[in-house]
Amino acid sequence: MSRIFPIIIKEFIHISRDFRTLIVVIVLPVVMLFLYGFAINMEIQNINMLVLDHSNSPESSSLIRKFSGSDFYTVLPFDGTEAEIETIFANREADMALILAGDFAAEHARSPETTVQILIDASDPNAAQAIRNYTNTVIQFYNMAHGAKPSFEITPTVWYNPSLKSAYFFVPGLAALILIMISALLTSVAIVREKETGTMEQILVSPVRPVEIIIGKVVPYIILAFLDLIIILNIAYFVFDVPFVGSLGLLIFCSLLFIFTSLSLGLFISTKARAQQVAMMMALVATLLPTVMLSGFMFPLSSLPAPLRVLSHLVPARYYLVIIRGIMLKGNHFLQLLPQVLALAGMAIVLMVVSARKFKTNLEG
Amino acid sequence: MPGSIKINSFSKSYGDILAVNNISLAIDPGELVGLIGPDGAGKTTTMRTLCTLLVPDAGEVLVDGRDVRTNVAAIRAMLGYMPQRFSLYPDLTVAQNLNFFADLFGVPPAEKAERLQTLYQFSKLEPFRKRLAGALSGGMKQKLALSCTLIHTPRTLILDEPTTGVDPVSRREFWNILRQLRDEGVTILVSTPYMEEADLCDRVAFMYQGRILAVDKPAQLVHRFPYKLYEVSGSDLQSLRAYLEDETDALSVQIFGDRLHVSYGPESALIAPAGAESVQQIEPSIEDVFLYLMQTSA
Repeated sequence: MSRIFPIIIKEFIHISRDFRTLIVVIVLPVVMLFLYGFAINMEIQNINMLVLDHSNSPESSSLIRKFSGSDFYTVLPFDGTEAEIETIFANREADMALILAGDFAAEHARSPETTVQILIDASDPNAAQAIRNYTNTVIQFYNMAHGAKPSFEITPTVWYNPSLKSAYFFVPGLAALILIMISALLTSVAIVREKETGTMEQILVSPVRPVEIIIGKVVPYIILAFLDLIIILNIAYFVFDVPFVGSLGLLIFCSLLFIFTSLSLGLFISTKARAQQVAMMMALVATLLPTVMLSGFMFPLSSLPAPLRVLSHLVPARYYLVIIRGIMLKGNHFLQLLPQVLALAGMAIVLMVVSARKFKTNLEG
Repeated sequence: MPGSIKINSFSKSYGDILAVNNISLAIDPGELVGLIGPDGAGKTTTMRTLCTLLVPDAGEVLVDGRDVRTNVAAIRAMLGYMPQRFSLYPDLTVAQNLNFFADLFGVPPAEKAERLQTLYQFSKLEPFRKRLAGALSGGMKQKLALSCTLIHTPRTLILDEPTTGVDPVSRREFWNILRQLRDEGVTILVSTPYMEEADLCDRVAFMYQGRILAVDKPAQLVHRFPYKLYEVSGSDLQSLRAYLEDETDALSVQIFGDRLHVSYGPESALIAPAGAESVQQIEPSIEDVFLYLMQTSA
């Protein structure tokens, strides 16, 4: 086992001399976090609302004030025809239109449960849905203030992310993506590089055992990935104000497990690839796409078609996402995350055993 | 037999390609043997098998009296192997490369410093200790690679074309080191595409198309050449060659740089042809012998 240490030291010398690796390890996570964290924003703000007030009454003005008083709406008074609205939508100058009929005041006097017409640009269905919900709520409040009695009232209380901040959702997901990409990519490339340049031939004729080569090659990247984890958690907490409810120790433990699973994946790739370019492509294909599409990183797993949902069980990030969101946002404890921990550990063991067996101690095959 | 090599009826193929075809070779401890042959002769396959990096398909391959199939760890611990390609880390310094291989081969820390000092002395690499290996000249790279190979004082050295692409001065220097090691009792098998290096070996094995055509001392090998040999020079070698091949009973005509080597059976002799500037009978060189063996083996 004394031969592991020289391999680790040598690997760190490689890393310290390879500017590009350092860039990938330190800059990539920061850039990705800021890009996704700030640029991808699913929250709806600044709804531009056209208002066609045919009623022009104190009642209609009162309703419009409800909207203009809110943080979400920018009211754009409009006195054109309804046909012109389409042009305005097409030019993306407004997101929705509120149309109040001429008899709005009279109708409202007769029954407080007035109907108004709403047009929403639904070219982005998620946004349209959110706009519809907000608008309904505003109108309902108005009606209730004027004596309407809804049969029952739905008051949703959103837990764990009460203001539905995107960053709370994305940043832990990004942690999973960054960790698995860095770990799998760097490990596989580091091992395949030695095959490609022929140095593996030189190492193999030494009395060093395969397990020593593997551990010596993997440990430095565990440390690098751990460094990334620290960077990510700090940015999440201090920049994006993602709450941290659960145990830091538990998160670090589970993250190390996830890093280990990712490294095992990289190791497995290195037994298949003969050239660095191939290893790089394989690592990206095996981590990037499945992690983004099939882990619940962006799209809920429940919305996947059945075959993909089955496939998602093979994506390590699927389990880690439950863990990191569970710990950071919900304060899950270990037993609540046991199935995910076991799944990750199982994947790591299978990948490790297969890779160690496939790891060639000679040049045959 | 410390450090000896014994190959008996060894064959190895890659798929349909027969790389080594039933060769046998025995090397005594402390012997310097050259494995000479063109590319694709099977030299590298033979050497990798000796280093336990390839498994023989048939036959027996023993290093230090141990079977390469079953005694992998023991052989790797006592053997030094220098692959054909430069296989050190270009982004590590000379000292870091040496240290890494010393640790990898488990050289005890107490011996390491002394061992490194010896290697620096004979390789003259000490002044370049802190230079990156990738920035060394071709000759220095090979000396560093050899030093890394020698770090654990192996009893058997397998060197795959260590002087290919190295300048003539560095090559001579490299061979001096090899002969010095041989004198210290190290068994050395070294492959080379350079015929003139054959004379520097104790014995030479000619390898061609997966077979060993001859094994002997360089001085003895030349006696295997059964013909009279003439060296012919002239300004138009191509037409001289055509004339000698077509119009005389020359057994073979080979171009050697700026002259021709022409061989005749005992019954005939060469009469200086028109256009020849000089004609003289010469002693065959190792290369003449090898070309003769290659022709007759086909």
